[in-house]
Amino acid sequence: MSESQQLIKKELSKGTNLWKDGARRLRRRKLAMVCFGVIVIYFLLAGFIYLAEFFDWQIGPTLWAEQAGQSYAPPSSKNIFGTDIFGQSVLRKTLYGTKISITVALCASLISIVIGVPLGAVAGYFRGFVDEIIVWIYSTLSSVPYILLILAFAVVLRDKTFFGYKLTGITAVYLAIGLTSWVGICRLIRGEVIKHKDREYILAAISYGCSRRRIIFRHLLPNVFHLVIIDFSLRFVAFIHAEVILSFLGLGEAERPSWGAMINDARIELSRGVWWQMAAATVAIFFLSLALNIFGDALRDSLDPKLRIQ
Amino acid sequence: MTSYITRRLLYTIPIVFGVLLLTFVLFTLVGGDISIEIAGKGATQETIDEIREEYGLNKPLFLSWDSQFVNHFRNALTFNFGRARDREPVIDKIKRGVGPSLALTVPMFFGVVIISVSLSLIIAFVRGTVWDILVVVICVAGMSIPYLSFILFGQYFLAYKWGLFPVFFSPDLTMAQYVALPVLIGIAAGLGGNLRFFRTVMLDEMRNDYVRTAFAKGLTVRRVLFKHVLKNAMIPIITRVVLAIPFLFLGSLLLERFFGIPGLGYLMVEAIGSRDYFVISAMTYISAILFVVFNLITDICYSLVDPRISLE
Repeated sequence: MSESQQLIKKELSKGTNLWKDGARRLRRRKLAMVCFGVIVIYFLLAGFIYLAEFFDWQIGPTLWAEQAGQSYAPPSSKNIFGTDIFGQSVLRKTLYGTKISITVALCASLISIVIGVPLGAVAGYFRGFVDEIIVWIYSTLSSVPYILLILAFAVVLRDKTFFGYKLTGITAVYLAIGLTSWVGICRLIRGEVIKHKDREYILAAISYGCSRRRIIFRHLLPNVFHLVIIDFSLRFVAFIHAEVILSFLGLGEAERPSWGAMINDARIELSRGVWWQMAAATVAIFFLSLALNIFGDALRDSLDPKLRIQ
Repeated sequence: MTSYITRRLLYTIPIVFGVLLLTFVLFTLVGGDISIEIAGKGATQETIDEIREEYGLNKPLFLSWDSQFVNHFRNALTFNFGRARDREPVIDKIKRGVGPSLALTVPMFFGVVIISVSLSLIIAFVRGTVWDILVVVICVAGMSIPYLSFILFGQYFLAYKWGLFPVFFSPDLTMAQYVALPVLIGIAAGLGGNLRFFRTVMLDEMRNDYVRTAFAKGLTVRRVLFKHVLKNAMIPIITRVVLAIPFLFLGSLLLERFFGIPGLGYLMVEAIGSRDYFVISAMTYISAILFVVFNLITDICYSLVDPRISLE
């Protein structure tokens, strides 16, 4: 047997599944892998700042409150992005803002997955009365414009105390985003479950006598879960931009620096020619969003060729 | 047709009920009694009681014909939203804000749609070339820049630095003068996502056999694109256009805030700042009603442009 034949045989005998196949397709796209690298860097940075705060390391981003120069010092070799009104380093604030943005987007995603996926699966599987109630709930939520709904939730939840826990700063932000954005994923999963539930593998599972819980969570959900991943890689960008808008409207983190708060500061600063704080926050958001947009599209193409967009 | 519309109108009842329930839960149950907040610091118990009386906050929550729950529904269905924090009736504030908001959002929206639909047709025709790739790259980059940055840099450079437009709204400006720059910025910010969406739609359409036939017959490119392809791509375009109309009434939160345009977006931002639940609740309700109505209109439009879709 020649070498190439052996290789083919080896490849064939290994077998593959959706995730392996998707990963293989993804690895072939160089640009998507670069973007993935960028996303990983942002996440690592956020994780690193958490660690640094926990262990109280005295490093750049955690020392953002320290005065690094004069008030409104323009960018120089000492402060790459200059300083703000209090002389704090804009670079440090931008790095610290990564933590806030990533935390908000991640928590909001988790909340909406935890609410949306089971609800969608249950509605799609049982249909009937349960389905009607769930469809009613999400139709109601989706008939209010998205940004208005987030704002309404954020205004009401802010500074409220629930079970002895006060919702301050970003907690209210990600709760507001999470509680309002499960609708899309719920609708998607419901539709997909309705398509899947009459397929042979589900009929087989029923004939084995699997419980309904097992069918939904062990058979149906793994077969539609790639849609959740695709949906959220694209929705993550929207969450980050929503956090910026909420912070800008004064509903976000007040005590620590965030990208939205930096842009809010810049509103007054720009007329004095102080552009660096604005530019730093914009650049930080731009690269993360760009990477997420490109990677999300590549992920969709790799995991679900049927959804491919050109 | 009539029976379909009647059925759909009946279906909106639970949705309207749901929205009212949502605003009640949010602003009355979770939001709580805000009379102390309204009265301000150092108010006497008497003032607080008066405010409670006026807003009906002293009434029982449920289980009475005069409860807050029933009154909430009654007021919303008769479009009686009470008074805002500054004593002006909420409905007057909203009526006043609709004009400037629409003056801003209507040209902005139709600008975005017309430019992106025609550009996407051309891009779909030259697919795979350098131009196509360039446009996609610009679109994705444009989608990644935060909206606020578009506004801030646009305002700073075009209005403040180069003086091409007025920086802020002032009553002595004509409408065209004060909406010009916000409209321009809105179009620039919205173009990326829309162009990308319509490009996908057009590419799907371009692959069909009828396009090849049309070209084979010797029709001009312009005729094929703008007559044949555009007509067939109407369904996704209509969905996007009609469903966006209710949002036009809301104005643009951020653009109005930055340019000081006294529309509904500005009203919302003010209401958020002063935690004026009455205004936010009324806006939520009205926008939901608009959305439900335009959803119905979308479905009726489908049957108008595509005879294969019947509403029975």
